[in-house]
Amino acid sequence: MSQSVAANTNLNFIARDHHAPNGTLFGFWLYLMSDCLIFAALFATYGVLSQSYAGGPTGAELFDLPLVALNTAFLLFSSITYGFAMLQMQQGKRQGTMIWLAITGLLGAAFLAVELYEFSHLLHVGAGPQRSAYWSAFFTLVGTHGLHVTIGLIWLVTLLVQLKKHGLIPENRRRLFCLSMFWHFLDVIWIGVFTFVYLMGSMA
Amino acid sequence: MSEHHDHHQDDTPHASFSGYMIGFLLSVFLTAIPFWLVMGGVFESKGTTAVIILAFAAVQVVVHMIYFLHMNFHSEGGWNMLSLLFTAVLLFITLFGSLWVMYNMNVLMMPGMM
Repeated sequence: MSQSVAANTNLNFIARDHHAPNGTLFGFWLYLMSDCLIFAALFATYGVLSQSYAGGPTGAELFDLPLVALNTAFLLFSSITYGFAMLQMQQGKRQGTMIWLAITGLLGAAFLAVELYEFSHLLHVGAGPQRSAYWSAFFTLVGTHGLHVTIGLIWLVTLLVQLKKHGLIPENRRRLFCLSMFWHFLDVIWIGVFTFVYLMGSMA
Repeated sequence: MSEHHDHHQDDTPHASFSGYMIGFLLSVFLTAIPFWLVMGGVFESKGTTAVIILAFAAVQVVVHMIYFLHMNFHSEGGWNMLSLLFTAVLLFITLFGSLWVMYNMNVLMMPGMM
């Protein structure tokens, strides 16, 4: 946005009741930053309790790293497919946007399925959140991330319906952009999870 | 390149195919190497491995910020970056503050449990 142009047309902006440019996007960015602080607190909790096994199983004994690598791949691929959806949106192609969005959703669902399988396996071998402070912290941190992905999936399906009904209207473009920030942000959090929890946990 | 742009797209950062691909390929490398280091037991020392994979994670976060979240010093007149840096400072204080304080509490007050 050119400053001088904005200044010259300032009165027009008011007269047409124009939204501040990027208002929603910046607000959503601030939400993501506050969400980041929630995860900071959860990571700190996990870090503090990372040796508190209470005589129970450790992460190193139970983590299945190939499975985690698969999950990481799902999430990383879903990031690039969301990027492709955004590129299709920029070119004004509704069909392409919806296809890439649907692929992103399937990868997100695959991620969740693997994560739920992992959780059920941990519960099955007696490493539930009630076993020790370590597993409480583990399930809270990884579960909160998984909950975010679940909400992202619901949002994604909602947007698919919106796109089907209304097409690439400015409102939907804005929503797609907010979800893209949310989705990429979750991938950034997952970098912290697989490094801090799984990889370092496996070495402990 | 942006001739086909109409006006209401100007408020969102412009993304490009090459940008996403560069970010993706960098991420693949930055993810695969830490997994290989840990699963293959490449280094004898756990401390060395831990420092290296944490460094890889930090670099990958920056890669995601630049190529996927299109972070730069210009968007929103710099407010995006400012809020990100502020969050990073709080993140650092929360994480390292908690770990540092609680570790010392354990060492100094419950020596038998360490």
